Amino acid sequence: MKSWLTTTDHKRIGLLYFFTAFAFFLIGGIEALVIRAQLAQPNGHLVTAETYNQLFTMHGTTMVFLALMPLSASFFNYIVPLQIGARDVAFPRLNAFSYWVFLLGGLFLNASWFVGPLFHAGVLNVAPDGGWFGYANLTERQFSPGPNIDFWLLGLQILGISSLAAGFNFIVTILNLRAPGMRMMRVPAFTWMTLVTQFLVITAFPVITVALAFLMFDRFFGTHFYVSQAGATPILWQHLFWLFGHPEVYILILPAMGIVSEVLPTFARKPLFGYTVVVYSGILIGFMGWGVWSHHMFSVGLGPIADSVFSATTMLIAVPTGVKIFNWIATLWGGDIRGTTALHFAVGFIAMFIIGGLSGVTHASPPADLQQTDTYYVVAHIHYVLFGGTIMGLFAGIYYWWPKMTGRLLSEALGKWHFWLQFVGMNLAFFPMHLIGLLGMPRRIYTYSPELGVSDLNLLSTIGAFLIALSILVFVVNIVRTRRRGQRAGNDPWGGATLEWSISSPPPVYNFSVIPTVANRLPRWKTEHHEPMRDPPGTPPAPIHVPGGSWWPMLAALGLPILALAPLTHTLWIAFVGVAVLLAGIYLWAFEPFDV
Amino acid sequence: MTTHGTHTSLGLDSRKMAFWAFIGSECLLFTSLISTYLVYKGRSVVGPYPHEILNIPFTSVSTFDLLMSSLMMVLALAAVQRGDMKWGKIWLFCTALLGLVFLGGQVIEFTEFVHKGLTLQTNLFGCTFFVLTGTHGAHVTVGVLWLLTLWVRALQGKLTSANAMTVEITGLYWHFVDVVWIVIFTVVYLIQ
Repeated sequence: MKSWLTTTDHKRIGLLYFFTAFAFFLIGGIEALVIRAQLAQPNGHLVTAETYNQLFTMHGTTMVFLALMPLSASFFNYIVPLQIGARDVAFPRLNAFSYWVFLLGGLFLNASWFVGPLFHAGVLNVAPDGGWFGYANLTERQFSPGPNIDFWLLGLQILGISSLAAGFNFIVTILNLRAPGMRMMRVPAFTWMTLVTQFLVITAFPVITVALAFLMFDRFFGTHFYVSQAGATPILWQHLFWLFGHPEVYILILPAMGIVSEVLPTFARKPLFGYTVVVYSGILIGFMGWGVWSHHMFSVGLGPIADSVFSATTMLIAVPTGVKIFNWIATLWGGDIRGTTALHFAVGFIAMFIIGGLSGVTHASPPADLQQTDTYYVVAHIHYVLFGGTIMGLFAGIYYWWPKMTGRLLSEALGKWHFWLQFVGMNLAFFPMHLIGLLGMPRRIYTYSPELGVSDLNLLSTIGAFLIALSILVFVVNIVRTRRRGQRAGNDPWGGATLEWSISSPPPVYNFSVIPTVANRLPRWKTEHHEPMRDPPGTPPAPIHVPGGSWWPMLAALGLPILALAPLTHTLWIAFVGVAVLLAGIYLWAFEPFDV
Repeated sequence: MTTHGTHTSLGLDSRKMAFWAFIGSECLLFTSLISTYLVYKGRSVVGPYPHEILNIPFTSVSTFDLLMSSLMMVLALAAVQRGDMKWGKIWLFCTALLGLVFLGGQVIEFTEFVHKGLTLQTNLFGCTFFVLTGTHGAHVTVGVLWLLTLWVRALQGKLTSANAMTVEITGLYWHFVDVVWIVIFTVVYLIQ
């Protein structure tokens, strides 16, 4: 127990990230099921409008910040140091700090479901209810007087610190801790996409930090950043939020693209087609992701010039994305394909992401977008991208790397059940939403009338959602069953080309008994140009120093939610306690002897 | 303190690289704040307005003080690097002291503004001015705490030329905060 609480081992932190994020994924999923149950029939009355607002807000916020980002982070943690031949990340204690801040921020946000009585309201009354995008001035104190939005903005500020700390850590890890010979253009595609993602994190998160700080000042200290009577423009929030929000979309999808770029070559037994182009496309997407944010704001009426520019950049960003898709297809072409579950999910990712990408291109045209804005069409798009794309990609990674992380193979039979149920379920759930939206059903409204003519399509969508839930249940059964009865994986169950497969599963605490020297991009494969590398010996030839654990990252992390309680409860002394805990954690951390 | 000096792929100290990444991130933070100040410039519906209240001579002295603190920081690092801890201690303390003088100036300035009727809630100028310069002041405060910590470590004999990298990184932070002030001084005070 203590060894897990104080751990600074990237592998353990990776597992902590996985199980915590998966728990939040289930919570966000349950919220989605209640939403779908409410919408199964017209004039539904399972939940009230107020509860419904909280459900869709918390579903979106949870899935983006507490499920998808940290599930990606679990692979950054576990896999990246292994892929570059390192013994740990550059700053192991900072890594632990990121995890604890994430956990505490997630708990802070979700506590809002239950603590209503402390704010003289009922349970299920004070959870955030302003949408995951929190548009000002709806989120101002005048229009949202309760503590709901306070939970949201303070929770997101806490989570931002976790992401930023991890961002600095992984940039340095990838740039500076590569094994000898691993030049940048020999770095595996997943690690490359991680690097691009982290650059997006450290540049995008400060912007939302400022946007949230303005909202915080408006709500707690009576400033007027988003108050139109004082001459301010609420559009400021939209600009700042989407300046963060669009890079955020790529923060969510690039890691999944990286995973697919690892899974496809392994199961086609072919090198990634156009590795260089895939890497450069990823970098290009990272840059271009900064130039498209106003396509979320066409309905604001920014004028024909702004609309044209952002329309053009949005269509342009589809080009590097399309390039990647053709590279993945070309990787499969003529390959010696093994139809494992991981490959099913990777191919499912490509197919679903194409649909999501195409509906995205339709948003790029302002006249079409005006018709689609705030309808279920947009909900269909985002779910094809983030569920069909990111979740499918993450599951490809889970089936691919689970044996490395636990030493046992997940059941392929159950895996196929999981895949097909999820694949059919998601198309049933999300495809009808395109039609529901085009027929005029607005999103974020708790019910609809039978005259709208979308009742059957909504029922279909709800059935799909419950099929997805069933598929997740199959997955849970699979991991529980695998824990005891799973087939032993050995070092390399798939014949992978990258360094993580050269060591035992799960790897020893020091990862590599001898740090490998890398001579090419596919070190463990025999190609016409080179022989495979020799795997490191099973036992280290010399003792390896492994840093011990530390309590202080967790202590420092604990200061942040305490600090956030001060504005929430309007109590000044709590702020001093929070700062004191934070400072104590930082000083004890800084002066603790800790050799890496 | 940790040691990261052994072998790195790019030959650059890992802590220093992380700090450069941090500074890059901070640039976006201040860019957002300064942009907001510029977007809302001239949009206040009630006074006091900037030209009625900003005291350029006073703030010029503060700015000069902060610039001099950067010079002290350079001298402190040079002293620590050549192993001259006597002067290292003196310059570290001077840097922190000039930082404190700057913060004192900010306290005087803010108090005067409040007396003249400009608070956080008065108008958009008040909101954007206090949050922008306040965020910068918070950064200076963190820097002063950091410098004083190093100074105390040096007095205890625990900061030696072996820790020159720690002082160098502190310097990176300090110079960055200084550069940000130059931008704020120009944008807010000089170009009205």
